[in-house]
Amino acid sequence: MTQATAGATAGAEASAATAISVRGLSVRFDGDAGSVTALDGVGFEVPEAGFVTMLGPSGCGKSTLLRAIADLVPMAAGAISIFGRTPEQARRARDFAFVFQDATLLPWRSVIDNVRLPLEVGRRGGAVEQHAEPEELLALVGLEGREDALPHELSGGMRQRVSIARALVCRPRVLLMDEPFGALDEIKRDNLNEELLRIWRETGTTIMFVTHSVPEAAFLGQKCLVLSAQPGRVLEYMDIGFASPRVLGMRDTMEFVQVTAHLRGLLETAR
Amino acid sequence: MTQAEVGASAAKPQAAAGAGVRGGRAKTFRRFRYAPAVGAGAGMVVVWHLIVTGFDIPTYIAPSPWQVLQVFATQGDILWVNFLPTLLEAVCGFALGNTVAVLLAVWFVHSGLAERAFYPIAVFINTIPIIAIAPILVLMLGNGYEPKIVIAALICFFPTLVNMVRGLKAVSPQMLELMRVLSASEREVLFKIRLQSSLPFLFAALRIASTTCVIGAIVGEWIGSNYGLGSLIIEATYNFRAPLLYATVILGAGLAVAFFVITSLVERIVLKWKPGEVY
Repeated sequence: MTQATAGATAGAEASAATAISVRGLSVRFDGDAGSVTALDGVGFEVPEAGFVTMLGPSGCGKSTLLRAIADLVPMAAGAISIFGRTPEQARRARDFAFVFQDATLLPWRSVIDNVRLPLEVGRRGGAVEQHAEPEELLALVGLEGREDALPHELSGGMRQRVSIARALVCRPRVLLMDEPFGALDEIKRDNLNEELLRIWRETGTTIMFVTHSVPEAAFLGQKCLVLSAQPGRVLEYMDIGFASPRVLGMRDTMEFVQVTAHLRGLLETAR
Repeated sequence: MTQAEVGASAAKPQAAAGAGVRGGRAKTFRRFRYAPAVGAGAGMVVVWHLIVTGFDIPTYIAPSPWQVLQVFATQGDILWVNFLPTLLEAVCGFALGNTVAVLLAVWFVHSGLAERAFYPIAVFINTIPIIAIAPILVLMLGNGYEPKIVIAALICFFPTLVNMVRGLKAVSPQMLELMRVLSASEREVLFKIRLQSSLPFLFAALRIASTTCVIGAIVGEWIGSNYGLGSLIIEATYNFRAPLLYATVILGAGLAVAFFVITSLVERIVLKWKPGEVY
C-alpha cells in the first residue's frame, strides 16, 4: 500500500525526462543466518532514452537492484518509479523487458516462436496493442533467415541476439539487462556491444545494463552507476561524455583509458 | 580373422582418402548397428538347439527352437485368440495409468499440500507387490478385462508419476523469472513451459511403462482368467505343453518390445530439441 502511494507521488513529481527514479531503496534477504542487507539507501535517476551501466564487485547487489526494478525482488524500504508507475504496474503494462545472463530461450521453440512468446502470454490485464513485427526484430539483431532454427542450432551469441529481439517485441520503454554478454567470448561481446548501441539509437529505448566488465561499462554507458559491496550503496553516479556514435576503436584513446582508470579506482575502494 | 583383415585394409584407405570414405563407413556402420545383437541372439538359439538335441532332453522339460517355431504355424490360432485380450489390456492399462499419473503430477506441482498428502500414499501402494494386489482387484472388479487393465495401469503409474513430478519441476529459475516479467499466469507457465520441458522425463517413464504394462496384463491374467497370454502360460505349464508355453512367452516379450520401439519412435518425432542443456 505504501508502495502504491509512493509510486503515485513519484509519478506526479517525475518530469518527462525521467524514465526511472529510485529513492532510498533497501532490499533485504532473509536467510538461515538472519537477514542480509543487499541494498541500502540506493537512489538515482535514469533519464528517458538514456543508457546507464551498473558496475560493482561481485555480490554488491547490482543484479538485485535490476531485479527490484523488474518486480522480481521485493523491496524493504524506498520507492521505485518507472515512468510514474510502481514496478508491479510497470510489469503488467509491459513498460520494461528483461534480458538475462543466459538467453533463456525455450529449446523446443523455433527462433521466431521464441520472439513471439511475449505476445502469447500474460495478456489478461491490458492486451499488448503496440508490438513490433518479430521478423523485423530478427533483422534488427542480424538474424534474418534463421527464423525456423531451433536454439540448439545457434551459437551463444546468436541466442542472446534472439533474446534481445524477444525483449524488444512489446516495444518496451525500458530494457533491463543483467550481464547479458557475460558468458560470451570477448570478440562476440565487442560485436554485440556495438550492435546494442545501434539498437539503442534506433529504438530510443532506455537501457539499464549490469556488467562486471569495466571497459564494457565505460563503452556502453552515458552514465555509470558504481556500487559498493555488502551492503550495496551508490559510490558514484558518473557521467561518461564520449561522442556518439561510439566505435570500438575509441577504447584505445587516452580519454577512454582515463575513464576506465577512474572506474577501476572506484572498484578498488568498493571492495 | 578375415574380419580383422578386412578391418585393417579398410582403415588404410580411410586415412588416405579422408572425409568421403569416412562418411561411407559411418553409413555402413549404422546399417550394421544391430548386427552384433542379431548374431549373438542367433548364436544362443543354435546353442539352445544343440543342448536340447545333444543331451536328448525331453520336450516337456525344454523344447527345441524348431518345436517352438512349429507352434506358431500349427497353433497360431490359439496364440492369436489369446494375444488380442492381452494387447487390449496392456494398451488400456498403459493409457489409464499414465494419464492418471500425469494428471496427479500436475496437481502435485501446483499444490504442495496435495503432494505432501498423497505422494507417500503413492509410494506405499508402489511397495505392495503387484502379485499381491492382483487377487484383491479380481475380488473387487470381477473376472473381465477390468482388473487386468487396472493392474497394468498400476504398474505403469508409479514411474510416470515420479518422473513427471520431477520433469514439471525441472524448469530453470530463470525461465520462471522470464514468465513472471511477462506477467504470465500459472496456467500459461504450465502449458507454455512446464509440460514441454517435462517431455524428456515423461518419455523416460513411458519407455519403462511400455514394457511393464504387458507384464501387468499377463500377471492379471494368471489369476482366475481363462483367456489371454497369462492364462495360456498357466494352462500350458499345467499340461506340460512346453512348446506352447515357450511360444506364448516369446509372443508376450515380442509385444513388449513392439511397445518399446513404438514409444521410442514417437519420442524421436516429438523431441526434436536436445534436452538437458541451458539456452
